[in-house]
Amino acid sequence: MTSLPLEIRSLNVAYHRKMVLWDADLKIRSGRTTAIVGPNGAGKSTLLKAALGLIPSASGEILFYGEPLKKVRSRVAYVPQRESVDWDFPVSARDVVAMGLYKKIGWCLPVRSRHRRMADEALADVGLAEFAGRQISQLSGGQQQRVFLARALAQKAELHLMDEPFASVDAATEQAILALLKRLKDQGGTVVCVHHDLDTVAEYFDDVILLNMRVVAQGPASEVLTPENLRKTYGARLTLLDEAVVDLSRPGAPREP
Amino acid sequence: MMWSELDTWIVITGALTAMACAVPGVFLLLNKQSMLGDAISHAVLPGLAIGFLVSGTRDTFPMLLGAALAGVFTGVVSGMIERRGRVEAGASLGVVFCSLFALGLILIRLAADHVDLDPGCVLYGSLELAVIDSASVPRIAWQSGAILVLNLILAGFFFKELQLAAFDPRFAKASGIPAGWLQQGLTVITALTTVVAFESVGSILVIAMLIVPGATAMLLSRSVAGVLLWSLAVALCSAVIGHLSAISIGPVFLSLLTGHGNLGSLSSAGMMAVCAGLIFFTIFALAHLAQRLFSRVKEHSVTPQA
Repeated sequence: MTSLPLEIRSLNVAYHRKMVLWDADLKIRSGRTTAIVGPNGAGKSTLLKAALGLIPSASGEILFYGEPLKKVRSRVAYVPQRESVDWDFPVSARDVVAMGLYKKIGWCLPVRSRHRRMADEALADVGLAEFAGRQISQLSGGQQQRVFLARALAQKAELHLMDEPFASVDAATEQAILALLKRLKDQGGTVVCVHHDLDTVAEYFDDVILLNMRVVAQGPASEVLTPENLRKTYGARLTLLDEAVVDLSRPGAPREP
Repeated sequence: MMWSELDTWIVITGALTAMACAVPGVFLLLNKQSMLGDAISHAVLPGLAIGFLVSGTRDTFPMLLGAALAGVFTGVVSGMIERRGRVEAGASLGVVFCSLFALGLILIRLAADHVDLDPGCVLYGSLELAVIDSASVPRIAWQSGAILVLNLILAGFFFKELQLAAFDPRFAKASGIPAGWLQQGLTVITALTTVVAFESVGSILVIAMLIVPGATAMLLSRSVAGVLLWSLAVALCSAVIGHLSAISIGPVFLSLLTGHGNLGSLSSAGMMAVCAGLIFFTIFALAHLAQRLFSRVKEHSVTPQA
Protein backbone atom coordinates (compact mmCIF):
# COMPACT_ATOMS: atom_id res chain seq x y z
CA MET A 1 0.00 0.00 0.00
CA THR A 2 1.37 3.40 -0.90
CA SER A 3 1.24 5.79 2.02
CA LEU A 4 -0.34 9.22 2.00
CA PRO A 5 1.84 12.36 1.70
CA LEU A 6 0.51 13.52 5.06
CA GLU A 7 -1.66 11.84 7.64
CA ILE A 8 -2.47 13.36 11.01
CA ARG A 9 -4.21 11.39 13.76
CA SER A 10 -5.86 13.01 16.80
CA LEU A 11 -3.51 15.97 16.99
CA ASN A 12 -3.93 18.21 20.02
CA VAL A 13 -2.10 21.52 20.29
CA ALA A 14 -2.25 23.98 23.17
CA TYR A 15 -0.83 27.47 23.33
CA HIS A 16 -0.48 29.14 26.73
CA ARG A 17 -2.75 26.46 28.21
CA LYS A 18 -5.48 27.22 25.69
CA MET A 19 -6.41 24.50 23.22
CA VAL A 20 -5.87 25.59 19.65
CA LEU A 21 -6.33 22.27 17.88
CA TRP A 22 -8.63 19.63 19.23
CA ASP A 23 -8.31 16.02 18.12
CA ALA A 24 -7.55 16.93 14.51
CA ASP A 25 -7.64 14.01 12.09
CA LEU A 26 -6.81 14.52 8.46
CA LYS A 27 -5.53 12.84 5.35
CA ILE A 28 -3.89 14.60 2.42
CA ARG A 29 -4.25 12.76 -0.86
CA SER A 30 -1.36 12.44 -3.26
CA GLY A 31 -1.28 14.42 -6.52
CA ARG A 32 -3.97 16.87 -5.43
CA THR A 33 -4.21 20.41 -4.15
CA THR A 34 -5.85 20.85 -0.77
CA ALA A 35 -7.00 24.04 0.94
CA ILE A 36 -7.25 24.38 4.71
CA VAL A 37 -10.07 26.86 5.31
CA GLY A 38 -11.58 28.31 8.47
CA PRO A 39 -12.20 31.53 10.40
CA ASN A 40 -9.46 33.58 12.07
CA GLY A 41 -7.96 31.77 15.03
CA ALA A 42 -9.22 28.41 13.82
CA GLY A 43 -5.70 26.99 14.03
CA LYS A 44 -4.90 26.76 10.29
CA SER A 45 -1.31 27.96 10.49
CA THR A 46 -0.90 26.15 13.79
CA LEU A 47 -1.83 22.92 12.05
CA LEU A 48 0.97 23.32 9.49
CA LYS A 49 3.51 24.38 12.10
CA ALA A 50 2.62 21.53 14.43
CA ALA A 51 2.82 19.04 11.55
CA LEU A 52 6.34 20.30 10.77
CA GLY A 53 7.36 20.16 14.43
CA LEU A 54 7.86 23.93 14.63
CA ILE A 55 5.61 24.12 17.68
CA PRO A 56 5.14 21.34 20.21
CA SER A 57 1.96 19.29 20.09
CA ALA A 58 0.35 17.87 23.23
CA SER A 59 -0.45 14.56 21.60
CA GLY A 60 -1.14 12.98 18.24
CA GLU A 61 0.57 11.20 15.40
CA ILE A 62 1.96 12.91 12.30
CA LEU A 63 3.15 10.83 9.36
CA PHE A 64 4.66 12.05 6.11
CA TYR A 65 4.64 9.29 3.48
CA GLY A 66 4.07 6.85 6.34
CA GLU A 67 7.17 7.98 8.24
CA PRO A 68 8.07 10.63 10.83
CA LEU A 69 9.19 13.89 9.25
CA LYS A 70 12.83 13.39 10.20
CA LYS A 71 13.21 10.50 7.74
CA VAL A 72 11.56 12.19 4.76
CA ARG A 73 12.47 15.85 5.23
CA SER A 74 13.81 16.24 1.71
CA ARG A 75 10.41 15.29 0.28
CA VAL A 76 8.62 18.10 2.12
CA ALA A 77 8.86 21.85 1.44
CA TYR A 78 7.42 24.61 3.62
CA VAL A 79 6.40 28.12 2.58
CA PRO A 80 5.94 30.26 5.73
CA GLN A 81 3.72 33.32 5.86
CA ARG A 82 5.31 36.26 4.14
CA GLU A 83 4.91 38.44 7.24
CA SER A 84 6.87 35.98 9.36
CA VAL A 85 10.27 37.37 8.28
CA ASP A 86 11.96 40.76 8.12
CA TRP A 87 12.18 41.81 4.47
CA ASP A 88 14.81 44.47 5.27
CA PHE A 89 17.29 41.65 5.86
CA PRO A 90 20.45 42.27 3.78
CA VAL A 91 20.05 39.50 1.18
CA SER A 92 19.08 39.35 -2.50
CA ALA A 93 16.18 37.37 -3.99
CA ARG A 94 18.71 34.82 -5.27
CA ASP A 95 20.19 34.44 -1.75
CA VAL A 96 16.75 33.69 -0.30
CA VAL A 97 15.94 31.09 -2.96
CA ALA A 98 19.34 29.45 -2.46
CA MET A 99 18.36 28.92 1.20
CA GLY A 100 16.11 26.14 -0.07
CA LEU A 101 19.29 24.30 -1.09
CA TYR A 102 21.27 24.72 2.15
CA LYS A 103 20.31 21.32 3.52
CA LYS A 104 21.39 19.64 0.28
CA ILE A 105 24.64 21.61 0.06
CA GLY A 106 25.49 20.43 3.57
CA TRP A 107 27.19 21.97 6.60
CA CYS A 108 30.24 24.17 6.23
CA LEU A 109 30.18 24.16 2.42
CA PRO A 110 29.59 27.39 0.53
CA VAL A 111 26.88 28.12 -2.05
CA ARG A 112 28.53 27.46 -5.42
CA SER A 113 27.71 28.73 -8.91
CA ARG A 114 25.79 25.51 -9.65
CA HIS A 115 23.44 26.32 -6.76
CA ARG A 116 23.08 29.92 -7.81
CA ARG A 117 22.03 28.67 -11.24
CA MET A 118 19.42 26.40 -9.66
CA ALA A 119 18.13 29.36 -7.65
CA ASP A 120 17.90 31.47 -10.80
CA GLU A 121 15.93 28.73 -12.56
CA ALA A 122 13.44 28.59 -9.67
CA LEU A 123 13.11 32.37 -9.81
CA ALA A 124 12.45 32.19 -13.56
CA ASP A 125 9.71 29.64 -12.86
CA VAL A 126 7.80 32.21 -10.82
CA GLY A 127 8.45 34.98 -13.35
CA LEU A 128 11.14 36.83 -11.43
CA ALA A 129 14.18 36.03 -13.59
CA GLU A 130 15.25 39.67 -13.88
CA PHE A 131 14.94 40.32 -10.12
CA ALA A 132 17.51 37.73 -8.98
CA GLY A 133 20.10 40.23 -7.83
CA ARG A 134 17.65 42.65 -6.26
CA GLN A 135 17.66 43.24 -2.52
CA ILE A 136 14.48 41.76 -1.08
CA SER A 137 13.25 45.01 0.49
CA GLN A 138 13.06 46.44 -3.05
CA LEU A 139 10.46 43.87 -4.12
CA SER A 140 6.69 44.29 -3.95
CA GLY A 141 4.66 42.16 -1.57
CA GLY A 142 3.57 39.86 -4.36
CA GLN A 143 7.13 39.48 -5.61
CA GLN A 144 8.30 38.66 -2.09
CA GLN A 145 5.64 35.95 -1.90
CA ARG A 146 6.89 34.53 -5.21
CA VAL A 147 10.47 34.52 -3.89
CA PHE A 148 9.24 32.34 -1.03
CA LEU A 149 7.55 30.00 -3.52
CA ALA A 150 10.71 29.85 -5.63
CA ARG A 151 12.66 28.84 -2.52
CA ALA A 152 10.27 25.91 -2.01
CA LEU A 153 10.53 25.03 -5.73
CA ALA A 154 14.31 24.89 -5.48
CA GLN A 155 13.92 22.19 -2.84
CA LYS A 156 12.40 19.90 -5.49
CA ALA A 157 10.09 18.36 -2.91
CA GLU A 158 6.98 16.24 -3.47
CA LEU A 159 4.74 17.72 -0.79
CA HIS A 160 4.41 21.50 -0.46
CA LEU A 161 2.94 23.04 2.67
CA MET A 162 2.09 26.72 2.08
CA ASP A 163 0.86 29.17 4.69
CA GLU A 164 -1.48 31.75 3.10
CA PRO A 165 0.33 32.14 -0.24
CA PHE A 166 -2.61 34.12 -1.66
CA ALA A 167 -2.80 36.60 1.23
CA SER A 168 -2.76 40.20 -0.03
CA VAL A 169 -0.99 39.61 -3.34
CA ASP A 170 -1.49 41.40 -6.66
CA ALA A 171 -3.31 39.83 -9.62
CA ALA A 172 -0.09 38.93 -11.45
CA THR A 173 1.20 37.03 -8.42
CA GLU A 174 -2.14 35.29 -7.97
CA GLN A 175 -1.95 34.03 -11.56
CA ALA A 176 1.70 33.00 -11.13
CA ILE A 177 0.85 31.01 -7.98
CA LEU A 178 -2.09 29.32 -9.69
CA ALA A 179 0.08 28.34 -12.66
CA LEU A 180 2.65 27.01 -10.22
CA LEU A 181 0.09 24.92 -8.31
CA LYS A 182 -1.08 23.42 -11.59
CA ARG A 183 2.47 22.61 -12.66
CA LEU A 184 3.36 21.02 -9.34
CA LYS A 185 0.22 18.88 -9.65
CA ASP A 186 1.01 17.90 -13.24
CA GLN A 187 4.42 16.72 -12.06
CA GLY A 188 2.72 14.47 -9.53
CA GLY A 189 3.31 16.72 -6.56
CA THR A 190 0.95 17.42 -3.67
CA VAL A 191 0.11 20.89 -2.40
CA VAL A 192 -1.53 21.96 0.87
CA CYS A 193 -2.40 25.65 1.29
CA VAL A 194 -3.82 27.55 4.21
CA HIS A 195 -6.41 29.69 2.44
CA HIS A 196 -8.64 32.49 3.68
CA ASP A 197 -10.88 33.31 0.71
CA LEU A 198 -14.06 31.23 0.54
CA ASP A 199 -15.00 32.72 -2.84
CA THR A 200 -12.03 31.23 -4.66
CA VAL A 201 -11.45 28.02 -2.76
CA ALA A 202 -13.61 25.77 -4.96
CA GLU A 203 -12.07 27.23 -8.10
CA TYR A 204 -8.41 26.95 -7.00
CA PHE A 205 -8.33 23.65 -5.09
CA ASP A 206 -9.36 20.01 -5.55
CA ASP A 207 -9.89 19.17 -1.90
CA VAL A 208 -10.93 21.23 1.10
CA ILE A 209 -10.43 20.80 4.83
CA LEU A 210 -12.80 22.93 6.91
CA LEU A 211 -11.16 23.71 10.23
CA ASN A 212 -12.31 25.42 13.38
CA MET A 213 -10.20 23.98 16.20
CA ARG A 214 -11.56 20.62 15.07
CA VAL A 215 -11.72 19.30 11.54
CA VAL A 216 -15.34 19.99 10.53
CA ALA A 217 -15.24 18.30 7.15
CA GLN A 218 -12.75 17.13 4.55
CA GLY A 219 -12.90 15.80 1.02
CA PRO A 220 -13.44 17.04 -2.55
CA ALA A 221 -14.36 20.73 -2.63
CA SER A 222 -17.79 20.18 -4.18
CA GLU A 223 -18.82 17.78 -1.44
CA VAL A 224 -17.38 19.67 1.50
CA LEU A 225 -18.51 23.22 0.75
CA THR A 226 -22.14 22.83 1.76
CA PRO A 227 -24.06 25.55 3.63
CA GLU A 228 -24.44 23.13 6.52
CA ASN A 229 -20.66 22.54 6.81
CA LEU A 230 -19.85 26.23 6.40
CA ARG A 231 -22.30 27.11 9.15
CA LYS A 232 -20.64 24.56 11.40
CA THR A 233 -17.22 26.05 10.64
CA TYR A 234 -17.95 29.75 10.74
CA GLY A 235 -20.96 29.81 13.05
CA ALA A 236 -24.16 31.69 12.32
CA ARG A 237 -22.49 34.96 11.38
CA LEU A 238 -21.49 33.93 7.90
CA THR A 239 -25.00 32.88 6.96
CA LEU A 240 -26.41 36.19 8.12
CA LEU A 241 -23.79 38.01 6.12
CA ASP A 242 -24.57 35.93 3.05
CA GLU A 243 -28.26 36.72 3.30
CA ALA A 244 -27.47 40.40 3.65
CA VAL A 245 -25.36 40.27 0.49
CA VAL A 246 -28.13 38.47 -1.37
CA ASP A 247 -30.62 41.03 -0.15
CA LEU A 248 -28.61 43.98 -1.33
CA SER A 249 -28.02 42.52 -4.76
CA ARG A 250 -31.76 42.11 -5.37
CA PRO A 251 -33.31 44.87 -7.47
CA GLY A 252 -35.31 47.24 -5.33
CA ALA A 253 -33.40 46.35 -2.17
CA PRO A 254 -32.90 49.27 0.23
CA ARG A 255 -29.65 51.13 -0.45
CA GLU A 256 -27.66 53.60 1.56
CA PRO A 257 -28.24 57.14 0.34
CA MET B 1 51.86 63.75 21.65
CA MET B 2 54.29 60.93 22.25
CA TRP B 3 54.05 57.57 20.53
CA SER B 4 55.64 54.62 22.28
CA GLU B 5 55.67 50.86 21.79
CA LEU B 6 52.86 50.70 24.35
CA ASP B 7 50.67 52.86 22.14
CA THR B 8 51.18 50.42 19.29
CA TRP B 9 50.09 47.53 21.50
CA ILE B 10 47.10 49.49 22.80
CA VAL B 11 45.92 50.10 19.24
CA ILE B 12 46.57 46.51 18.14
CA THR B 13 44.79 45.04 21.17
CA GLY B 14 41.90 47.47 20.93
CA ALA B 15 41.45 46.77 17.22
CA LEU B 16 41.64 42.99 17.67
CA THR B 17 39.12 43.14 20.53
CA ALA B 18 36.73 45.37 18.63
CA MET B 19 36.91 43.17 15.51
CA ALA B 20 36.48 39.99 17.57
CA CYS B 21 33.31 41.48 19.08
CA ALA B 22 32.02 42.73 15.74
CA VAL B 23 31.70 39.21 14.28
CA PRO B 24 29.16 37.73 16.75
CA GLY B 25 27.70 41.24 17.04
CA VAL B 26 26.64 41.22 13.38
CA PHE B 27 24.78 37.94 13.82
CA LEU B 28 23.12 39.12 17.06
CA LEU B 29 21.96 42.18 15.16
CA LEU B 30 20.62 40.10 12.27
CA ASN B 31 18.84 37.88 14.81
CA LYS B 32 17.29 41.03 16.33
CA GLN B 33 18.99 40.05 19.57
CA SER B 34 21.19 43.07 20.22
CA MET B 35 19.73 43.19 23.71
CA LEU B 36 20.98 39.64 24.26
CA GLY B 37 24.51 40.87 23.56
CA ASP B 38 24.04 43.60 26.13
CA ALA B 39 22.62 41.09 28.60
CA ILE B 40 25.42 38.57 28.12
CA SER B 41 28.13 41.16 28.48
CA HIS B 42 26.68 42.07 31.89
CA ALA B 43 25.65 38.60 32.96
CA VAL B 44 29.09 37.05 32.52
CA LEU B 45 30.23 39.02 35.55
CA PRO B 46 29.12 36.52 38.24
CA GLY B 47 30.53 33.72 36.05
CA LEU B 48 33.89 35.47 36.02
CA ALA B 49 33.77 36.05 39.75
CA ILE B 50 32.76 32.47 40.55
CA GLY B 51 35.43 31.08 38.24
CA PHE B 52 37.88 33.34 40.01
CA LEU B 53 36.69 32.44 43.54
CA VAL B 54 36.76 28.71 42.84
CA SER B 55 40.16 28.63 41.18
CA GLY B 56 41.66 31.33 43.39
CA THR B 57 43.80 32.65 40.54
CA ARG B 58 43.29 35.01 37.67
CA ASP B 59 43.91 32.18 35.20
CA THR B 60 41.96 32.62 32.03
CA PHE B 61 40.44 29.16 31.74
CA PRO B 62 38.25 28.92 34.88
CA MET B 63 37.04 32.46 34.33
CA LEU B 64 36.22 31.70 30.69
CA LEU B 65 34.31 28.61 31.71
CA GLY B 66 32.36 30.43 34.41
CA ALA B 67 31.53 33.29 32.10
CA ALA B 68 30.45 31.02 29.23
CA LEU B 69 28.13 29.14 31.59
CA ALA B 70 26.68 32.42 32.86
CA GLY B 71 26.13 33.58 29.29
CA VAL B 72 24.31 30.41 28.30
CA PHE B 73 22.31 30.58 31.54
CA THR B 74 21.14 34.07 30.62
CA GLY B 75 20.06 33.02 27.14
CA VAL B 76 18.24 29.89 28.31
CA VAL B 77 16.54 31.35 31.40
CA SER B 78 15.34 34.54 29.73
CA GLY B 79 14.02 32.43 26.84
CA MET B 80 12.18 30.24 29.32
CA ILE B 81 10.64 33.19 31.17
CA GLU B 82 9.54 34.66 27.87
CA ARG B 83 7.84 31.45 26.71
CA ARG B 84 6.26 30.39 29.99
CA GLY B 85 5.57 33.57 31.85
CA ARG B 86 3.95 35.82 29.23
CA VAL B 87 6.68 38.38 29.84
CA GLU B 88 7.93 40.42 26.91
CA ALA B 89 11.38 39.44 25.56
CA GLY B 90 13.14 42.67 26.55
CA ALA B 91 11.69 42.57 30.05
CA SER B 92 12.64 38.96 30.68
CA LEU B 93 16.21 39.66 29.54
CA GLY B 94 16.29 42.74 31.75
CA VAL B 95 15.20 40.78 34.78
CA VAL B 96 17.82 38.10 34.28
CA PHE B 97 20.84 40.17 33.35
CA CYS B 98 20.36 42.91 35.93
CA SER B 99 20.09 40.37 38.75
CA LEU B 100 23.15 38.53 37.48
CA PHE B 101 25.11 41.75 37.05
CA ALA B 102 24.30 42.81 40.61
CA LEU B 103 25.24 39.37 41.90
CA GLY B 104 28.49 39.67 39.98
CA LEU B 105 29.32 43.01 41.59
CA ILE B 106 28.73 41.56 45.06
CA LEU B 107 30.87 38.52 44.29
CA ILE B 108 33.69 40.63 42.89
CA ARG B 109 33.63 42.83 45.96
CA LEU B 110 33.85 39.66 48.02
CA ALA B 111 36.71 38.33 45.94
CA ALA B 112 38.54 41.62 45.95
CA ASP B 113 39.00 41.35 49.72
CA HIS B 114 41.16 38.28 49.23
CA VAL B 115 42.89 38.64 45.94
CA ASP B 116 43.68 41.17 43.34
CA LEU B 117 40.53 41.64 41.26
CA ASP B 118 39.41 45.21 40.96
CA PRO B 119 35.74 45.96 40.23
CA GLY B 120 36.78 49.10 38.36
CA CYS B 121 39.02 47.10 36.05
CA VAL B 122 36.27 44.62 35.33
CA LEU B 123 33.71 47.30 34.58
CA TYR B 124 35.77 49.80 32.64
CA GLY B 125 38.70 47.71 31.47
CA SER B 126 42.31 48.76 31.69
CA LEU B 127 43.72 48.72 28.20
CA GLU B 128 46.61 51.00 29.15
CA LEU B 129 47.74 48.76 32.02
CA ALA B 130 46.96 45.39 30.45
CA VAL B 131 49.42 45.87 27.60
CA ILE B 132 52.28 46.35 30.05
CA ASP B 133 53.68 42.85 29.92
CA SER B 134 57.11 41.34 30.19
CA ALA B 135 56.51 39.06 27.20
CA SER B 136 57.37 40.33 23.73
CA VAL B 137 53.72 40.08 22.75
CA PRO B 138 51.39 41.07 25.61
CA ARG B 139 49.07 38.21 26.70
CA ILE B 140 46.00 40.35 26.16
CA ALA B 141 47.01 41.05 22.54
CA TRP B 142 47.41 37.45 21.46
CA GLN B 143 44.32 36.47 23.44
CA SER B 144 42.10 38.88 21.57
CA GLY B 145 43.81 37.87 18.32
CA ALA B 146 43.03 34.23 19.04
CA ILE B 147 39.34 34.88 19.74
CA LEU B 148 39.12 36.99 16.56
CA VAL B 149 40.57 34.12 14.51
CA LEU B 150 38.19 31.65 16.18
CA ASN B 151 35.18 33.86 15.50
CA LEU B 152 36.17 34.38 11.87
CA ILE B 153 36.65 30.65 11.32
CA LEU B 154 33.27 29.82 12.88
CA ALA B 155 31.51 32.59 10.95
CA GLY B 156 33.10 31.29 7.74
CA PHE B 157 32.19 27.65 8.34
CA PHE B 158 28.63 28.25 9.47
CA PHE B 159 28.01 31.33 7.37
CA LYS B 160 25.00 30.11 5.40
CA GLU B 161 23.41 28.31 8.34
CA LEU B 162 23.75 31.39 10.57
CA GLN B 163 22.34 33.56 7.80
CA LEU B 164 19.29 31.29 7.36
CA ALA B 165 18.70 30.89 11.10
CA ALA B 166 18.69 34.68 11.44
CA PHE B 167 16.49 35.39 8.42
CA ASP B 168 13.88 32.64 8.72
CA PRO B 169 14.34 30.32 11.72
CA ARG B 170 11.03 28.52 11.01
CA PHE B 171 12.06 27.59 7.50
CA ALA B 172 15.48 26.56 8.80
CA LYS B 173 13.91 24.16 11.30
CA ALA B 174 11.42 22.82 8.76
CA SER B 175 14.25 22.05 6.33
CA GLY B 176 16.29 20.31 9.02
CA ILE B 177 18.78 23.00 10.04
CA PRO B 178 18.72 23.38 13.86
CA ALA B 179 18.24 27.14 14.17
CA GLY B 180 17.85 26.86 17.95
CA TRP B 181 21.23 25.21 18.42
CA LEU B 182 22.91 27.75 16.16
CA GLN B 183 21.51 30.54 18.28
CA GLN B 184 22.71 28.82 21.47
CA GLY B 185 26.14 28.52 19.87
CA LEU B 186 26.10 32.20 19.07
CA THR B 187 25.27 32.90 22.72
CA VAL B 188 28.25 30.84 23.89
CA ILE B 189 30.61 32.53 21.43
CA THR B 190 29.34 35.95 22.47
CA ALA B 191 29.98 35.07 26.11
CA LEU B 192 33.52 33.84 25.36
CA THR B 193 34.30 36.93 23.31
CA THR B 194 32.94 39.17 26.04
CA VAL B 195 35.20 37.57 28.63
CA VAL B 196 38.29 38.06 26.55
CA ALA B 197 37.25 41.61 25.74
CA PHE B 198 36.38 42.65 29.28
CA GLU B 199 40.02 42.87 30.23
CA SER B 200 40.75 45.46 27.58
CA VAL B 201 37.53 47.42 27.21
CA GLY B 202 35.61 46.38 30.30
CA SER B 203 32.30 44.62 30.58
CA ILE B 204 30.28 47.78 29.96
CA LEU B 205 32.02 48.97 26.81
CA VAL B 206 31.91 45.51 25.24
CA ILE B 207 28.37 46.27 24.20
CA ALA B 208 29.62 49.16 22.04
CA MET B 209 32.03 46.82 20.27
CA LEU B 210 29.36 44.16 19.85
CA ILE B 211 26.65 46.34 18.36
CA VAL B 212 27.97 49.59 16.89
CA PRO B 213 30.22 48.18 14.13
CA GLY B 214 27.42 45.89 12.94
CA ALA B 215 24.79 48.63 13.10
CA THR B 216 27.04 50.93 11.07
CA ALA B 217 27.79 48.21 8.54
CA MET B 218 24.06 47.58 8.06
CA LEU B 219 23.86 51.11 6.63
CA LEU B 220 26.66 50.39 4.19
CA SER B 221 26.00 46.98 2.69
CA ARG B 222 23.15 44.96 1.26
CA SER B 223 24.57 41.48 1.82
CA VAL B 224 25.43 39.61 4.99
CA ALA B 225 29.03 39.05 3.89
CA GLY B 226 29.33 42.75 3.09
CA VAL B 227 27.94 43.70 6.48
CA LEU B 228 30.49 41.41 8.13
CA LEU B 229 33.44 42.95 6.24
CA TRP B 230 32.30 46.53 6.82
CA SER B 231 31.79 45.86 10.53
CA LEU B 232 35.41 44.70 10.76
CA ALA B 233 36.52 47.88 9.00
CA VAL B 234 34.46 50.08 11.32
CA ALA B 235 35.82 48.25 14.38
CA LEU B 236 39.40 48.74 13.16
CA CYS B 237 38.86 52.44 12.45
CA SER B 238 37.22 53.08 15.82
CA ALA B 239 40.20 51.51 17.61
CA VAL B 240 42.83 53.47 15.69
CA ILE B 241 41.02 56.81 15.70
CA GLY B 242 39.88 56.25 19.28
CA HIS B 243 43.37 55.82 20.68
CA LEU B 244 44.79 58.65 18.58
CA SER B 245 42.20 61.07 19.86
CA ALA B 246 42.57 59.80 23.41
CA ILE B 247 46.23 60.84 23.48
CA SER B 248 46.05 63.94 21.26
CA ILE B 249 42.97 66.05 20.65
CA GLY B 250 40.79 64.59 23.41
CA PRO B 251 42.65 66.10 26.39
CA VAL B 252 43.15 69.43 24.61
CA PHE B 253 39.48 69.64 23.80
CA LEU B 254 38.46 68.74 27.34
CA SER B 255 40.82 71.18 29.00
CA LEU B 256 39.43 73.93 26.77
CA LEU B 257 35.92 72.88 27.72
CA THR B 258 36.45 72.64 31.46
CA GLY B 259 39.10 75.29 31.91
CA HIS B 260 41.35 72.88 33.77
CA GLY B 261 44.96 72.61 32.76
CA ASN B 262 46.68 69.49 31.55
CA LEU B 263 44.40 66.49 31.97
CA GLY B 264 46.82 63.91 30.57
CA SER B 265 45.49 61.35 28.13
CA LEU B 266 41.96 59.97 28.23
CA SER B 267 40.77 56.38 28.57
CA SER B 268 41.60 54.72 25.26
CA ALA B 269 38.84 52.12 25.48
CA GLY B 270 36.33 54.85 26.24
CA MET B 271 37.48 56.94 23.30
CA MET B 272 37.31 53.89 21.02
CA ALA B 273 33.64 53.41 21.93
CA VAL B 274 32.97 57.12 21.49
CA CYS B 275 34.61 57.00 18.06
CA ALA B 276 32.54 53.99 17.07
CA GLY B 277 29.44 56.01 17.97
CA LEU B 278 30.69 59.05 16.02
CA ILE B 279 31.41 56.89 12.97
CA PHE B 280 27.89 55.49 13.18
CA PHE B 281 26.25 58.93 13.36
CA THR B 282 28.41 60.31 10.56
CA ILE B 283 27.51 57.46 8.23
CA PHE B 284 23.88 57.60 9.35
CA ALA B 285 23.70 61.30 8.47
CA LEU B 286 25.53 60.82 5.17
CA ALA B 287 23.27 57.94 4.18
CA HIS B 288 20.17 60.06 4.80
CA LEU B 289 21.65 63.03 2.99
CA ALA B 290 22.55 60.85 0.01
CA GLN B 291 19.08 59.37 -0.02
CA ARG B 292 17.46 62.81 0.02
CA LEU B 293 19.73 64.12 -2.74
CA PHE B 294 19.14 61.00 -4.79
CA SER B 295 15.36 61.28 -4.56
CA ARG B 296 15.53 64.98 -5.49
CA VAL B 297 17.64 64.21 -8.56
CA LYS B 298 15.12 61.53 -9.49
CA GLU B 299 12.24 64.00 -9.13
CA HIS B 300 14.01 66.48 -11.41
CA SER B 301 14.70 63.88 -14.05
CA VAL B 302 11.08 62.73 -14.00
CA THR B 303 9.30 66.10 -14.09
CA PRO B 304 10.36 67.21 -17.61
CA GLN B 305 8.78 64.10 -19.11
CA ALA B 306 5.48 64.67 -17.31
